[in-house]
Amino acid sequence: MSVYRSHVLVCAGAGCVSSGCVLTENALVDEITTLGLDKEIKVIETGCIGTCDLGPVVLVYPDGVFYSKVAPEDAREIVREHLYKGRVVQRLLYKDPLSSQLVQTYGEMEFFNRQLRIALRNTGVINPEILEEYIARDGYEALARVLTEMSPQDVINAIKASGLRGRGGGGFSTGLKWQFTHDAPGAQKYVVCNADEGDPGAFMDRSILEGDPHSIIEAMAIAAYAVGAEQGYVYVRAEYPLAVRRLQQAIEQAKSYGFLGQGIFGSEFSFDLSIRVGAGAFVCGEETALLASIEGRRGEPKPRPPFPAVKGLWGMPTLINNVETYANICPIILHGAEWYSRIGTEKSKGTKVFAVAGNINNTGLVEVPMGVTLRQLVFGVCGGIPNGRTFKAAQTGGPSGGCLTEKHLDQSMDYDNLVALGSMMGSGGLIVMDDSTCMVDIARFFLDFTQDESCGKCTPCRIGTKRMLEILERITGGEGRDGDIEALERLARNIKQTSLCGLGQSAPNPVLSTLEHFRDEYQAHIRDKRCPAGVCQSLVSFRILADKCRGCGLCARVCPTAAISGKPRETYVIARNDCVKCGACMDKCPFGAVIRA
Amino acid sequence: MKSIEELRRLREEVRQMTKLREGSPEIKIIVGMGTCGIAAGARETLNTFVQEVAEQSIEGVSVTQSGCVGLCDREPIVEVQHGAERTIYARVTPERARRIVTEHIKGGRTIAEWITRN
Ligand SMILES: Cc1cc2nc3c(=O)[nH]c(=O)nc-3n(C[C@H](O)[C@H](O)[C@H](O)COP(=O)(O)O)c2cc1C
Repeated sequence: MSVYRSHVLVCAGAGCVSSGCVLTENALVDEITTLGLDKEIKVIETGCIGTCDLGPVVLVYPDGVFYSKVAPEDAREIVREHLYKGRVVQRLLYKDPLSSQLVQTYGEMEFFNRQLRIALRNTGVINPEILEEYIARDGYEALARVLTEMSPQDVINAIKASGLRGRGGGGFSTGLKWQFTHDAPGAQKYVVCNADEGDPGAFMDRSILEGDPHSIIEAMAIAAYAVGAEQGYVYVRAEYPLAVRRLQQAIEQAKSYGFLGQGIFGSEFSFDLSIRVGAGAFVCGEETALLASIEGRRGEPKPRPPFPAVKGLWGMPTLINNVETYANICPIILHGAEWYSRIGTEKSKGTKVFAVAGNINNTGLVEVPMGVTLRQLVFGVCGGIPNGRTFKAAQTGGPSGGCLTEKHLDQSMDYDNLVALGSMMGSGGLIVMDDSTCMVDIARFFLDFTQDESCGKCTPCRIGTKRMLEILERITGGEGRDGDIEALERLARNIKQTSLCGLGQSAPNPVLSTLEHFRDEYQAHIRDKRCPAGVCQSLVSFRILADKCRGCGLCARVCPTAAISGKPRETYVIARNDCVKCGACMDKCPFGAVIRA
Repeated sequence: MKSIEELRRLREEVRQMTKLREGSPEIKIIVGMGTCGIAAGARETLNTFVQEVAEQSIEGVSVTQSGCVGLCDREPIVEVQHGAERTIYARVTPERARRIVTEHIKGGRTIAEWITRN
C-alpha cells in the first residue's frame, strides 16, 4: 500500500455538495496531478465535517489546517503554496467571529475543540465509501468481540450499564428496550433503525448515514445478536438520496466481507439488513406508524401498548432505535459501559449531537457532552449571535418542543432538565433566535408544520391543531380577540391529553411554551395590534421620524407604490393605505429616519 | 472474514490509511519546503521521512513541511519538535533523514554534527 505524506479531506456532506464541493475537489485533484504530487498527497471525500455554512470545507492533514468556502479557483493556490511549499493560504482560513482572529488549525477552533465526538467519531474523518477506512478506525471490532466473547445478555447488560437513552426523542433507556425485546416471546424478531428524521432543521441522522454508514450496520448487527433477531430494516426518508446510496453500498460491502450474512465471524449468528425508503411524512417517524409503513400499510400510528418490543413488525417483537442511538453502541462495547457512563450528567449519559441553526454564527452539527449549558453551546461552540444582535430564545425539540430564554442560558442541556423547563431534547434540533424574532409567529410556524403533518386518524390532532392554527393566524394577522389566549390554552390541554400519538400530544408545546415566556407579545398583538419585533406584516407600519428626516427624497423615489410624498428638505410622509410594507424606504434611507413599528 | 484474528490482520494492513488524520503527534518532523529547500532536494527528504515513519510503524510522529526559514544556504533544513525541545538539522539528504529517524526519532539521541543554529 502506498504511503501519503498528506491527506486533503474534502467534505462531501449534502450541505457541502450543494455549495459545490465536487468542483473544488476536482480542481484540487487536477492541480495535484499537474504538479506530479499525486503519489504524495491523497484527496479524500468525507462525510459531513459539521460546519455547514462554511462549505466547501477542506481540511489538510497532518497539520489539520482548516480552509472554508474553498472555490475551485482557490485550488491552485492551496496546492502550490500549501501542499507543495508548506505555506498556509491565510486568506482561506476561518476567522473567529468573536475575536476576528484567523484560526490556523481546526484543533484551535472553538467549534471543534469544545466538542466530544462519539456518535460522529468517523463522520468527516473517513471516506464513507471505503470499508477499509472504517476498519482502520476499529470498525467491526465491536461486532467481532460481541460474537466471540459475549453472550446476548452480556451485551444488554453493557448497554444498560452505560446509561444510554434513545436519541430519537423519547429518551427511553436503550438497554431496557433491548431487554424487553430479548425477553418477548416470538418465533421471529426484527431490529429496525429509525432514519426518518422528520424534525425540520435536524440532520444528524442523515450526516451519520452519509458519513459513517458502517457504524450503523455494525451496531444493528450487535443489537440483533442481543435481542435474537436475524433481519433488520433501516427506514430512511426518500429525501435523503445520498444517505440511501452510501448505506446501500456499505451493506453490499459488508455482505461481501461477511460482516452481514450467514455465520458472521465463524459464529452461529446470521444477520441480514435491508433498506426501506419512506416517503417523508413526519408521522412516519413515530414508531408504530413507521412499522406500518414498512409492512406496506398506510403510515398511521396505533395506540401503545402493545409496544413494538412485544408486538411490532408483522406482530413480532421488534427493536426500534434511532440512528444516533445506534451510533453510540460500538464505542460502548469497545471502551466499556463505565467509560461511557462517566460522560454526561447523572441521568443523561454520553453526548448529544445538536443541529444548530437560526441566528447564530456557526450553524451546523456539534456533538457535546450531555449537560453543557445553553450558553456554552450558543456562545462557546457556536460563536454567538451575528450582526450585533442579542439572544432572545432557542427552540429545542423542534416542532414538539419549546423555547428556552435568556434566563435559561445557564441551564443544563439534558433530557430531564429540558422537560422540567417545559421544553424537550427531541432529536437535538436547536434553533437560535435573536431579538428580531416574533415569538407568536414562531409558534404559528411550528403549528403550521404539525397541523400539516397530522395524519388525521384521531380527531383532537386533526381538528384541534387546525383550530389552534386558525387562532394563531388571526392573532398574527391583526385580528386577535379577547379570549384567544385562553382558547389556545384550553385547546392545547385537550389535544395533549387526548391525541393518539406523540405528534398530537406534543404539537401544542411551542404555543404553550411561548405563551409562558412571551405572553406579553401575544397581548401586544391582540390588544395593541402591535408586533413588538416588527415581523407580522399586517401589524407593522412604516413611519418617518421628523427629527431624523433631511428631506432628501430617496425614500419617495424607491417606493414601488408611490406611497411616500413630500418636498425636498422637508419631512416626507408615508400614506398608510398605499404602503405595501416592502421596507425598501427603510433600507435606502441614509439617515435611519424610517422606522418599522 | 471468518475470525477476529483475520479482522485484526486486515486492520494492521490498512491502519496507515487513516493514521495521518488522528490525534496530535508527540514528535513533529518539519521539512523546509521553500523554493530554496525544494531546489536543494527537500521534496525527496520529505518523502523519505514519510516513507520511513510509515514503514517502521512509528507511532505519534507527524511529518509536515514549512516555508523558507531563512537558512537558505544550509537547505534542506529539517526541524524536529519534541514538546518544547526543538532541533534543527541542516543539509538533510535522504540518507541523513534515515539516520535521523533511527537515531533521533527512535533512539532519542540527537545527531550533534548536523545540528545548526539560526
Ligand atoms: C410524531 C413523531 C415523530 C417522530 N419522528 C422520529 C424520527 O424522525 N426519528 C426517530 O428516531 N424517532 C422519531 N420519533 C420517536 C420514535 O417514535 C421512537 O421513539 C424512536 O424511534 C425510538 O428510538 P430511540 O429509543 O433510539 O430514540 C417520533 C415520534 C413521534 C411521536
